[in-house]
Amino acid sequence: MEQSLIDLWHGFGVALAPQNLMWSFVGVLIGNLIGVLPGMGALSAISILLPLTYSLHAVPAILMLAGIFYGSQYGGAIGAILLNLPTHPPHAVTCLDGYPLTRRGKGGTALGITMMASFFAASFGILVMIFASPLLVSVAFKFGPAELFSIMLLGLLAGGTMSRGSPTKGVAMTCLGLLAGIVGTDVNSGTMRFTFGLVELSDHLELVALALGLFGIADFLHNVNRAQPAVSSVEVRLRDMAPSKAEVKEAFWPMVRGTLVGTLFGAMPGTGPTITTFIAYALEKRVSKNPERFGQGALAGVASPEASSHSKTQVDFIPTMTLGIPGDAVMALLLGALLIQGIQPGPQLITEHADLFWGLIASFWVGNILLVILNVPLIGVWVKILRVPYRLMYPAAMFFIAIGVYSTNNSLFEVGEVLVFGIIGAILIALKFPVAPILLGYVLGPNVEENFRRALTISSGNISIFVSRPISAVFISLCALLVAAQLSLWIKRTLGAARKGRARDQSTINDGASRDAIDP
Amino acid sequence: MSAEADGEKGVSRSLDYYGGVLMVVTGLGSIWRGLEYHMGTLTQMGAGYFPVGVGSVLALMGVSTLIGAGRLPTSTGKKSTPEWRGWSCIVLALVAFVLVGRFGGLAPATFAVTFIAAIGDRKNSFRSSLLLSIVMVAVSVVVFWWALQMQFPLFRWG
Repeated sequence: MEQSLIDLWHGFGVALAPQNLMWSFVGVLIGNLIGVLPGMGALSAISILLPLTYSLHAVPAILMLAGIFYGSQYGGAIGAILLNLPTHPPHAVTCLDGYPLTRRGKGGTALGITMMASFFAASFGILVMIFASPLLVSVAFKFGPAELFSIMLLGLLAGGTMSRGSPTKGVAMTCLGLLAGIVGTDVNSGTMRFTFGLVELSDHLELVALALGLFGIADFLHNVNRAQPAVSSVEVRLRDMAPSKAEVKEAFWPMVRGTLVGTLFGAMPGTGPTITTFIAYALEKRVSKNPERFGQGALAGVASPEASSHSKTQVDFIPTMTLGIPGDAVMALLLGALLIQGIQPGPQLITEHADLFWGLIASFWVGNILLVILNVPLIGVWVKILRVPYRLMYPAAMFFIAIGVYSTNNSLFEVGEVLVFGIIGAILIALKFPVAPILLGYVLGPNVEENFRRALTISSGNISIFVSRPISAVFISLCALLVAAQLSLWIKRTLGAARKGRARDQSTINDGASRDAIDP
Repeated sequence: MSAEADGEKGVSRSLDYYGGVLMVVTGLGSIWRGLEYHMGTLTQMGAGYFPVGVGSVLALMGVSTLIGAGRLPTSTGKKSTPEWRGWSCIVLALVAFVLVGRFGGLAPATFAVTFIAAIGDRKNSFRSSLLLSIVMVAVSVVVFWWALQMQFPLFRWG
């Protein structure tokens, strides 16, 4: 633990080095800006800017990308609170109470509370990261192929089933992602798989093209000529943003509870940010003395979900960096960025790339302070940007997507890939499939296959290796638990629906009660 | 409220029908391709083992989505109107970027992608689309060609 503090001190040296500090600043600024723009979230922000980091060294590149990530979360909250625009899904729940606050003229206070909660939660998450990472590393060295496969399976299952919507659809999308990861030449046999005779696909599908297609183009296809114009006449002044003592007191415990929810979910691989904020909100509503105030503009309904998303973000970095297992789609993208820089995430990362790891942790603090400082004067600018009409924003974004993908490998073929993934993504969104698990599956796919293969080569084809090794057995039982829980929910729901259907056919029984019992 | 919720459910169910079929077909396709590659055994896995496994799970998920979808509802409920103008412009814009970029260079490709995407939005006039595209060409030349020295000639012939 003492060693951790010494390392952290060293990390601050790295994070405050002028060049690194500059890129960190650029990252949070751009992230904040893009987070504010309607329809653009952390995923699109990171994928557009990923190619720009190729020319940088590994440390500033990762600091900048991480800055974009938490910067865009700040930006997302602004759109949600001031204009009722969930610019990306995790903030949808913030709209519920944030926008009513704005309508009551309390928008500035809501933003102030959000900033306070975010900073508190991020700091807590960073502390957890500092003390938990070395612990996890000491365990991680015991991880063989069987353990790695089991934990990845857990991550994939959780990512598929715990996103919003139907769990079977989530798992189906995870499988689709795994298949997308297979495309290319098999490293073991040299067989070309799923290349459809195209030489350009013999390497692999391009991560940036996949991400921008699924989250950029697909989104435009879905929203073009349908996006609601943002109408708002909010004026936020600086002095409105400082919350009063009573307001801080009101938001304090919700903020702490939100932070803890986020920490817990961050440690669990595969649970997305959206589900985290929704659970934080639901928990707050349940423990609240006057739950009827939620939806009318309760500060607790803003503080808790925002805190949970920020602590989750920080804690998510632990499995990503130390095990090479990303918690969600954004982490998967950051993992891809690390690999492009030639850095192999894993237990050895903390020792081999100490400057990168501790520099990153220190930069989180530096970046979060920068964000607070930035947002105070820039809030007016963000409000103006929020009013940039969609009709001007999306053609410009189309160009940035095209050029961003091209610059990854100087390949026009990959721009074509974006188009294909965009169309596939739009169809899947229209059919109400969650697309985020695809990216998680794509990034983990090759690792899952490789470790599965290795584990079974070691055990000479004996599948029981996954349950006979203790650490692996724990993960497998968690997987089984997850599946069992989903199955029992599903059976309950189908039975309930069947009963409800019969009740309606007879049209005698009021089905309100049974519905309430099914979805509380 | 109840009628509205049921209507929504009806739409989502009929969508599940298409979604389930799509997943089953994709899963079966993956199994079929996987079987053509070498399968191998558990100890010595071939290239086909993993695709067949994942494909099976995918098909299974498709089937369970279909079961959840149940019988098709008689009315499909409210349907959003197709947005052909926007869709075709977005697709064309990217196709144009690839083709114009291949044969004409960065500057005309930038113009093409922005202009075609812009006229896809009903609220854009010819003039505002033109203006936006010219601004984006300027951004493209300054940021990507001049500042970032991207490997993409501004103009090229054929």
